[in-house]
Amino acid sequence: MGSIFNAQQIVNGLQLGSIYALIALGYTMVYGIVRLINFAHGDFFMVGAYAAYGAFFLFNAFLGGSGLPMAAVTLIVAMAAGSVVAALTNRFAYKPLRNKPKLSSLITAIGVSMLIEYLFSALPFIGASFRAFPVLIEQKLYKIGTATISNYVVIDLLVAATLMIGLTFLVRKTALGRAMRAVSQDKDAAKLMGIDVERVIGWTFLIGGAFAGAAGLLAGMTYPRIFPYMGILPGLKAFIAAVLGGIGNIPGAMLGAYIMGLAETFASAFNSLLGEGIAFAILILVLLVRPRGLLGEKSADKI
Amino acid sequence: MLSVKNLKVAYGQIVALKDVSFEVPAGKIVTLIGANGAGKTTTLRAVSGLEKPVAGSITFKGQEVGGMDAHKLVSLGIAHVPEGRKIFPTLTVRENLELAGWTIKDKAEVRRRMDEVFTFFPRVAERVGQLGGTLSGGEQQMLAVGRAIVTGGDLLLLDEPSMGLAPVLVDEIFDKIVAINKQGTTVLLVEQNAAEALEIADFAYVLETGYTTIAGPADQVSCDAKVREAYLGV
Ligand SMILES: Nc1ncnc2c1ncn2[C@@H]1O[C@H](COP(=O)(O)OP(=O)(O)OP(=O)(O)O)[C@@H](O)[C@H]1O
Ligand SMILES: [Mg+2]
Repeated sequence: MGSIFNAQQIVNGLQLGSIYALIALGYTMVYGIVRLINFAHGDFFMVGAYAAYGAFFLFNAFLGGSGLPMAAVTLIVAMAAGSVVAALTNRFAYKPLRNKPKLSSLITAIGVSMLIEYLFSALPFIGASFRAFPVLIEQKLYKIGTATISNYVVIDLLVAATLMIGLTFLVRKTALGRAMRAVSQDKDAAKLMGIDVERVIGWTFLIGGAFAGAAGLLAGMTYPRIFPYMGILPGLKAFIAAVLGGIGNIPGAMLGAYIMGLAETFASAFNSLLGEGIAFAILILVLLVRPRGLLGEKSADKI
Repeated sequence: MLSVKNLKVAYGQIVALKDVSFEVPAGKIVTLIGANGAGKTTTLRAVSGLEKPVAGSITFKGQEVGGMDAHKLVSLGIAHVPEGRKIFPTLTVRENLELAGWTIKDKAEVRRRMDEVFTFFPRVAERVGQLGGTLSGGEQQMLAVGRAIVTGGDLLLLDEPSMGLAPVLVDEIFDKIVAINKQGTTVLLVEQNAAEALEIADFAYVLETGYTTIAGPADQVSCDAKVREAYLGV
């Protein structure tokens, strides 16, 4: 292998970036709308992975078969599980604290995160140990130039791109998206337009949770080992990606996530410890040089 | 239409309204005047549901509405043009107006009302594609009133609509308020600009540090010696 900046690394970086992007979007949307860093968000990702795992064995046992239709059903289950957990967290942990000092919500978020992790570790059919993620789709490898691309890369990129385009359309062009932008800018004014602000916040958690759930499935498929604490590091890195892009800014979260995925892949190729630490180096650098992030504006549209 | 009795509202430890009572009869223009910090904005916010009362009652169309969520009151027929206009800065003028029609199921009706706004305020019509935050202060004020026209409703709450406007525009805004009232909308108007407000109002109330003190028909209140000295500067 010559340079570490070869085509293979770029492909791997984009693949990892896609997963980070799906997680980072939830962080940034929720921050944009309620100004809360939802530390439990990484756990929604984990829940998505386990939901996909469970759904696979359930469907396999009763219906048999695998391949693309099975993977699609599994994806829907993962997204549904992520959104249900996110919506429940919002409803029972964050909503009662909405008008309390921000620190209460932040501490609650950390508590919810630990609760989900310990709960999953304690559940007998899940347990604290690693589990091998089943093969949803047979892996196929294609040689293109110097790089080997697997169909998993294509799936990861396609799923992420589809969801991101869908989200962009939702936010820019639909009534719900308009309401989300309005709530992120001025809650009182949004209420005076007749918007049920709590419902819009609920939808935001639902969508963010669904994206995290999808990321959980993709991560399980791509790096096939799942465990109850698997959300912590990717969650943290995706959060840093959102900060890098400008927290609250949707295109920023996507950009930050792909930069993060590429940086981590290149750094890992150089030295695996460096790969693990690069995210935090980026965080410190952003906070020092450009705290509002790449696309964040001073009085940004925080969604 | 609206009846407020012994209203008390607090922000944490700070009691902003101690005992506020007033009536807004259907079809009329009622004005609340008072010095800075008297509690005018707080009163309107309590009526539109943005603040929850500690005590007292707010009845709207015969129904107790104190403490009800603001978005529900919009459907019941209260439109509120808040202090500082609160235009959504990164939404276009058109999007701002479309949002104001959020509770209206019939989207053709929303478009009809938007056209009404455009004939009312040609300046707003010229700027439909512009971002709300880039409008001038006067244009933002027109858009804020325009949003309330789209929202519709039977009671219009206006918090200092003349704030920061040039005298010509002040006259224009007041003319529009009278026109909206003539079309059948009841108006509750808060103003620093007491002289103009008293001129168009049917009834007036004076608010002093959380209490309603002077009340009566607007022409009578404007003759009150205390009011003339404190709010009309004569
Ligand atoms: N969010 C808040 N937190 C704490 N105190 C507040 C808050 N909003 C208003 N107050 C206080 O409540 C009192 C009434 O304020 P309010 O805004 O209703 O006055 P106002 O009559 O509208 O004044 P102005 O003419 O300056 O707009 C003031 O003493 C103000 O400092
Ligand atoms: Mg005020």
